[in-house]
Amino acid sequence: MSAHAAAHSIVEASPRAKAFAGAVVILYAVITIVPLLWIGATAFKSPSDSISYPPKVFFEPSLEGYVNLFTVHSRQTPEFIASLPPAESWWEKLIRSHNMVYAGPSKVVPRFMNSLIIGFGSTFLAVLLGTLAAYAFSRFRVPLADDLLFFILSTRMMPPIAVAIPIYLMYRELNLTDTHIGMILLYTAVNVSLAVWLLKGFFDEIPREYEEAALVDGYTRLQAFRKVVLPQAVTGIAATAIFCLIFSWNEYAFALLLTSGQAQTMPPFIPFIIGEGGQDWPAVAAATTLFLVPIVFFTIVLRKHLLRGITFGAVRK
Amino acid sequence: MTASNHPETLVDRVAAQTPLRLAKRVRGLSDRSIAWLFIAPSIALLLAINIFPLIWAIRLSFTNFKSNLPNLPLKFIGLANYVDILTDEDIWHGMQVTAHFVIWTIALQVIIGFGLALLINRQFRTHSFWTTVILLPMMLSPAVVGNFWTFLFQPQIGLFNYVISFFTGIPPSSFEMIGEVRLAPWTIVLVDTWMWAPYVMLICLAGLRSIPDYIYEAAEVDRASPWRQFWSITLPMVMPFLMLAVLFRAIENFKMFDMVNLLTSGGPGSTTELASITLKREAFEKWRTGYSSAFAIILFVIVFGAANIYVKVLNKVKQR
Repeated sequence: MSAHAAAHSIVEASPRAKAFAGAVVILYAVITIVPLLWIGATAFKSPSDSISYPPKVFFEPSLEGYVNLFTVHSRQTPEFIASLPPAESWWEKLIRSHNMVYAGPSKVVPRFMNSLIIGFGSTFLAVLLGTLAAYAFSRFRVPLADDLLFFILSTRMMPPIAVAIPIYLMYRELNLTDTHIGMILLYTAVNVSLAVWLLKGFFDEIPREYEEAALVDGYTRLQAFRKVVLPQAVTGIAATAIFCLIFSWNEYAFALLLTSGQAQTMPPFIPFIIGEGGQDWPAVAAATTLFLVPIVFFTIVLRKHLLRGITFGAVRK
Repeated sequence: MTASNHPETLVDRVAAQTPLRLAKRVRGLSDRSIAWLFIAPSIALLLAINIFPLIWAIRLSFTNFKSNLPNLPLKFIGLANYVDILTDEDIWHGMQVTAHFVIWTIALQVIIGFGLALLINRQFRTHSFWTTVILLPMMLSPAVVGNFWTFLFQPQIGLFNYVISFFTGIPPSSFEMIGEVRLAPWTIVLVDTWMWAPYVMLICLAGLRSIPDYIYEAAEVDRASPWRQFWSITLPMVMPFLMLAVLFRAIENFKMFDMVNLLTSGGPGSTTELASITLKREAFEKWRTGYSSAFAIILFVIVFGAANIYVKVLNKVKQR
């Protein structure tokens, strides 16, 4: 479009229309983000500040939420606490200032580790299987390809609880309940459908000529796949991997029903972080913040591919 | 295999560990066998983790099986479970609750999402930053979101009630978003909309950007009013995208479990007891495995059937 046309473009909104649009969108964005900021702020409140009325916007920051999240402590009499050797660290002092004694680390670190192990394990497998299948669907004439692809997609239509009923029985037979490997396999199966659909789209966009040239140069199919196609698809594979990771990271229903201790991930754990007398909101907020921060980061990284990921590659732009 | 000079990939590692004899054989594979070799693992996994359990569930749905009493003699009771479900008033109530939830969340998300997309499409300065901000909620864990909204909805101390009372003067402790029969069904709609309106927005935005400028320029030459342009260009062109967004949201919300389970867990009473929450109660609290399997099959058939019909309609709209 020439400069002249741009100046009079009817497609370009007028400055006033733009200002109005900006005002409304920014207002909406601010309203949308307030609950998240509130959680982040609550994590730094003391328990009494977190439940004050009216809700406190300005408060004295405290690390109690984080300390309570990572530690288990028990209430003791002041006399008993006075009889103990002096607290060594700042967090132990903080605990004692509430007439409590540090009794050991909480379960949050193992739960976080479970989320990481299961998340990365299932992502790795789903992307590995998905890459192979997607390449085959993209490049070869697979009989009944459309039916197979639809079959792969349709596995996503089952309500998770419906899937969990027979899986629960099957895992009980196979001793896979509450194991990392059981959860990894399950999440891989769920993620593989997303991975195949997304990656097929990415492979479809890589011109076939590259591989054909490589084949002419004496590469075998597999070499061409490895050395020509895969390097081209790296961005797509990375984006797909992040989407798989986000799914496993966020998943709740299967984790709730199929894990109890050993392999429990963060989502079913966070609601059960309780202090004395009900939920310890600063600790819950601290766990929530730690849990959500990686996703916020990934969302920003993924911006360009978000659309594809959320529509199973149906909209590519 | 020859040494590769790009960073080691997954496949490299697998290839390095493949015994030479096997590698030779693989190298000589025809395209057709490679295709099957590549697809087979995914299909096998889906068969093992999705299809086999589904078949098992179908079988169980004809029995009185209770998974907390696995030694009870298994009786085949034919279609009795299905008959029970379809004549159970609680199930029908649950379906109504689900329908209320699905219809209202989609209506609100379409209006807000499409509206925001139209505004963002005007490309005011900093629009891409604010778009990212708006998109954040939908990427978060629905369970964790549901859990922290219970905090925001606390009647005395919660931020939500405070803000409402600040703007309307209604005392903050006079209403409970989660505990009241008349409010709870709207609470879950509200939180879901907060989370997923951006989803519809993002897809609509792609639709808007797919409309070539020259169509509007031609309309302008014909002196079509902005109103007319919206109805005869923008809306029809965005429609396939919008319908796709609605399809995905409808499937997801019909299956909805995590967010609502933590926000209201079906309560108060059963006012927010969606189909998936009923299913969870039947299967994992009352342990009526046979009965709940039948219900699971019914739900799956509904989603699958409705999605198939919808996709046919969608394809027709696309072809227009």
